[in-house]
Amino acid sequence: MADQEEEQDNTGDQNHKPQDLPQVLVLKPPPVLSVIGEESFLSNKYQFLKAWESPLPLHQFLTAHAGSIQAILCSGAAPVTDDLLQLLPSVRLVVTASAGTNHIDLEACHRRGISVTNAGNVFSDDGADAAVGLLIDVLRKITASDRYVRQGLWVSEGDYPLGSKLRGKRVGTVGLGGIGLEIAKRLEAFGCNVLYTSRKKKTFLSYPFYSYVCQLSAHSDALIICCALTDQTRHMIDKDVFSALGKEGVIVNVGRGAIVDEKEMVRCLVHGEIAGAGLDVFENEPDVPKELFELDNVVLSPHRAVFTPESFMALCELVVGNLEAFFSNKPLLSPVMDV
Amino acid sequence: MIPGTKNNMERNNINPQDLTMASDANQECFPSNDDLPTVLLHRLPSFNSPLKEILQPHFHLLDPADSPEPASSFLSSHAKSVRALICLYNTPLSAETLRLLPSLEFIVATSAGVDHIDLEECRGRGIIMTNASKAFAEDAADYAVALLIDVCRRISTADRYVRAGLWQVNRDYPLGFKLGRKRVGIVGLGRIGFEVGKRLEAFGCSIAYNSRQKKPSVSFSYHANVVDLAKDNDALILCCPLTEQTHHIINREVLEALGKEGVIINVGRGALIDEKLLVKFLSRGDIAGAGLDVFENEPDVPREVFELDNVVLSPHRAIFTPESLEALNELVFTNLKAFFSNKASAIGL
Repeated sequence: MADQEEEQDNTGDQNHKPQDLPQVLVLKPPPVLSVIGEESFLSNKYQFLKAWESPLPLHQFLTAHAGSIQAILCSGAAPVTDDLLQLLPSVRLVVTASAGTNHIDLEACHRRGISVTNAGNVFSDDGADAAVGLLIDVLRKITASDRYVRQGLWVSEGDYPLGSKLRGKRVGTVGLGGIGLEIAKRLEAFGCNVLYTSRKKKTFLSYPFYSYVCQLSAHSDALIICCALTDQTRHMIDKDVFSALGKEGVIVNVGRGAIVDEKEMVRCLVHGEIAGAGLDVFENEPDVPKELFELDNVVLSPHRAVFTPESFMALCELVVGNLEAFFSNKPLLSPVMDV
Repeated sequence: MIPGTKNNMERNNINPQDLTMASDANQECFPSNDDLPTVLLHRLPSFNSPLKEILQPHFHLLDPADSPEPASSFLSSHAKSVRALICLYNTPLSAETLRLLPSLEFIVATSAGVDHIDLEECRGRGIIMTNASKAFAEDAADYAVALLIDVCRRISTADRYVRAGLWQVNRDYPLGFKLGRKRVGIVGLGRIGFEVGKRLEAFGCSIAYNSRQKKPSVSFSYHANVVDLAKDNDALILCCPLTEQTHHIINREVLEALGKEGVIINVGRGALIDEKLLVKFLSRGDIAGAGLDVFENEPDVPREVFELDNVVLSPHRAIFTPESLEALNELVFTNLKAFFSNKASAIGL
């Protein structure tokens, strides 16, 4: 009785039984679901349809449920393609549990009138903290000297080589979205000079803008990659960019591995053509080019830069919030605006 | 005081070009040693510094470590009228040595900490001392903040994990925790502490501090003692000098007040913390983590911490970058110049 009353209060004049709730397709559990736990995603406005739990082959599964699937919860491991959308004509919303949207065919969504939401700015603070942490780590050799001490070398070999001062360094951010802006804010507190490149100049900001990443690189002591992976940005950080960055230059990547020509970057690092790197993402995770393990001037991070329990919790709330808003005909919380 | 916005030398009306030219023109253009003010370079024989070359054209430098004579006899014979002394890095400067220098009025310390100098003897004789905080503060602050991020977000631990091939095997990694909105308590709000606070505000942290005296011009919230600071904050950052009062200031009471989720960062001196106790707390998970640039018995680091994933270890280099060392040399020069021109700098201790 109590359950029915609750449902009546929350859903208006309709009395939904659980199986009547609109279905949200989840092909594979996004990291946030595994980490936070399903209970936090429960709602009386929708129900998860967990494809990975079904014994049926995917195609059959989808065809069987196509009529009731109104939304998809996706992530990098479970892309949303035009083919998938073709099988699910009732889908009106795609929710991704990530800031990035490169695993979603945005053009197809747009064409089909399907709304898309992403993680908005839930990761921006933590992503920025990690990006700046990686930058200082590389410049001041923090992880390298931790390794040095743990190997007993402080006792046997003496002091570890010094790093380099932050103040006055020109730091070029590739991308100035949510994370980029938070990075810039922090860097200013260290006395760094922020420059950037972006799809469009941000007229409300006074940081020097460069239309081309090569130009940015030529004027920077360090590059921080914090943009989305798209067709335009794939392998954007290439031989020319590294060459412009130069022997003293440093790169931090908290975007996507494929934004960087990884083979070329490794070659530059091995040959001392750039001074160091802080990498949270790689082209073929979790594979990391073996050559990097030999290098002291590289800090390696297992794609965790944006993740903290707190940001995961915030993401969970955002995902639930978007789904509930959608099914209540209320405005979406974090719609992806541009295609 | 906003360090670093202009080159130290420019701020003190010294044209960097002049200094360089002076060094080059060494022998020809400069007055003989007899006319130059005498400065004693007090150093352990193993310590060296470009300071000698930089200062030699401008001052008559006495360097006992360079002489075959034993130090005390050298000082007795040559240093009776020495008015100024440079104490290189943490070369101990004892009351005994100071008593061999009856004319000494001015000590330029080239470190941030001065616990290796007999301050009581100096105070008793009215000797002015300057330290090098101004040259090092920003770099120390940058480093302290980076250690905090590292401990919170487990950057070094994750790097170790990846290098060991474990990411590939396990495809996962335990998360760190959020830095933003953490309450950070700074122990010692001198130059370094202030710079740390300024930076962490940009990360969305709220800043509190304990210091010998409350700083009325600062907006950070003041706590009268370190235990209260530890109770009310998620992280402690130690930026204070080592004195009799601050020895083992981080003791059981403070660590317990800091708690299981607490983090401690030390860029001050190892002996600010009861190190044996800290290691116990870290091993048992009674505090969450630590970032340590200094230790009680450098370069010895307690073996137990090598097993721990919640500690970041650093070989006493928070203040050092090539740039800060250059700034240090300029600062020493400036201070000596000011002293001998009777324009004693406002920077005293």
